[in-house]
Amino acid sequence: MHDFTPVSAALGGVLIGIAAAAMLLFEGRIAGISGIVAGLLKPEKGETGWKAAFVLGLLAGGLLLRAAFPGAYDFGIIRPYSALVAAGLLVGFGTRLANGCTSGHGVCGISRLSPRSITATLVFIASGALVVYLVNHLWGAAVR
Amino acid sequence: MKSLAISFLSGLVFALGLGISGMTRPVKVIGFLDFFGRWDASLALVMITAVAVYFAAWRISARMSAPLDAREFRIPSRGQIDLQLVSGAAMFGAGWGLGGFCPGPAITSLASGAPAVLVFVAAMAAGMRLHQLLVARRAQAPARASVLSPAADS
Repeated sequence: MHDFTPVSAALGGVLIGIAAAAMLLFEGRIAGISGIVAGLLKPEKGETGWKAAFVLGLLAGGLLLRAAFPGAYDFGIIRPYSALVAAGLLVGFGTRLANGCTSGHGVCGISRLSPRSITATLVFIASGALVVYLVNHLWGAAVR
Repeated sequence: MKSLAISFLSGLVFALGLGISGMTRPVKVIGFLDFFGRWDASLALVMITAVAVYFAAWRISARMSAPLDAREFRIPSRGQIDLQLVSGAAMFGAGWGLGGFCPGPAITSLASGAPAVLVFVAAMAAGMRLHQLLVARRAQAPARASVLSPAADS
């Protein structure tokens, strides 16, 4: 599974950067996806329309991928449902507590040289690496 | 209307970027986080190029008095690095490493129709809602505390 895919990774990153840049330059907004999704769960006046449009765009892009680039859903590893429930709860609660995820902190915040975002990104990568280490190596889960 | 179209298109291009880059594949995410195993550095490149593009946009925006399609920039203020930030990021990273999905790729991957993605997204929404409910409860707490506070007796 250690297939290094630098070209598609770099190209995908450029598209992510362009999409987030459009939200900044046109709308003056940070494209932070956890915040956008959470905003739809607890709607605020005047903040719902663009968030819903962005999420619909994600889903439309998802359908486009399914048609044109099905390899995007070659998941490779699917954890058991019990693990996915725990993971989802951690991601949902944690991104609200930290006020951002990979997009808001990892891309937008790091680019703005925000000390909070740089800290958050280092912490979530370190914590993710620790969990992967525990799951893959200590518990010996068969993942590949 | 225009702002809705721009938000929609931005979400669409964002999803394409996530899919093409490998961010929608837990095998790539977990491979990237597997520093002590067979490390797959691919996703580091996603972050590097995305940051390079966004950094340029950020510098351009600094010279603009207002966004092209809105009255003002609404950018988070530079707050403190506090326990909430660090513990929240640690929880998020743990979930990211465990499941292999972060919020954007999970929402995008709903389009795959895979039940596992739906399970993850439902749990993620529940986690977000739980935080919102706890915040709302805490917001009410001080009022109750002040009523019960001994200082109110004097």
